[in-house]
Amino acid sequence: MLGPGVAWYLGVAAFLFGTGALGVIVRRNPIIVLLSLEIMLNGGNLALIAVARHAGNGAGQIFALAVMAVAASEVCVGLGLVVAINRKRLDLDIDKLSELRG
Amino acid sequence: MILASAGNIVVWIVWVGAGFACLASGIAVVSFSNPFYSALSLIGNLGSLAVLYLLLSAEFVAAAQVLVYAGAVMVMFLFVIAYVGPRVETPWAGAPSWQAVGAVLAAGSIFLEIIVAVALKAGGRLSHSDHVNATFGTPGWIGRLFLTDHLLAFEITSIVLLIAAVGGVILGAHTRRAG
Repeated sequence: MLGPGVAWYLGVAAFLFGTGALGVIVRRNPIIVLLSLEIMLNGGNLALIAVARHAGNGAGQIFALAVMAVAASEVCVGLGLVVAINRKRLDLDIDKLSELRG
Repeated sequence: MILASAGNIVVWIVWVGAGFACLASGIAVVSFSNPFYSALSLIGNLGSLAVLYLLLSAEFVAAAQVLVYAGAVMVMFLFVIAYVGPRVETPWAGAPSWQAVGAVLAAGSIFLEIIVAVALKAGGRLSHSDHVNATFGTPGWIGRLFLTDHLLAFEITSIVLLIAAVGGVILGAHTRRAG
């Protein structure tokens, strides 16, 4: 395998996961929380694909594709919720949306 | 031999560029106050991740990443941000609140925990990877794998996508009736 070893990829994946977790914890806009969730999922995907290449096994790539499908579903439902909240004229702030009722 | 080492240097340069772009755009997504800029930097993040996938000989996943994320998911994000209207939020301005400090500490400890766990469990075995043949990661190979070994996962994925589409429609339609 040319270039850096698989440990470097795992380091980048861990950093991406930490960055996404930081965004999920600290941001209040639900759209940016969803964007940070995408970063966390992509960190997991990068680790899966790196280990799949390391082991020479295709199951990791299959799992990464399944994770992408789940991420697309999550964005569909999450953005649907954001649009629904916005239609009800509620404030888009997850600290103020803690009661789960309009 | 000279050709192999030249190729190695090229791969290292591409890796450093893509990895740095990936980390920098990830930080940019979290720290931009305007969600529109955050979404645009996530596109850069996804593009540089696709380059990393190509270096890991996952051609089909890289193509699917660009098509699904940059093509479909990001268009949806940008549309919703434009629909909702940009709400500027400044999480990092002024004196650092205890929330921000705690979040940075929590995220840093997650990062360190992953690194330590990987190093403890698999540190010695990550040095040399298995050799793979040229078909590894090609669309035909992925398709054959999906339809033979992982057929159940393939079908369940389609059901998950269907349920998500139905859920999106229900969320949109219900609020229209109620409002």
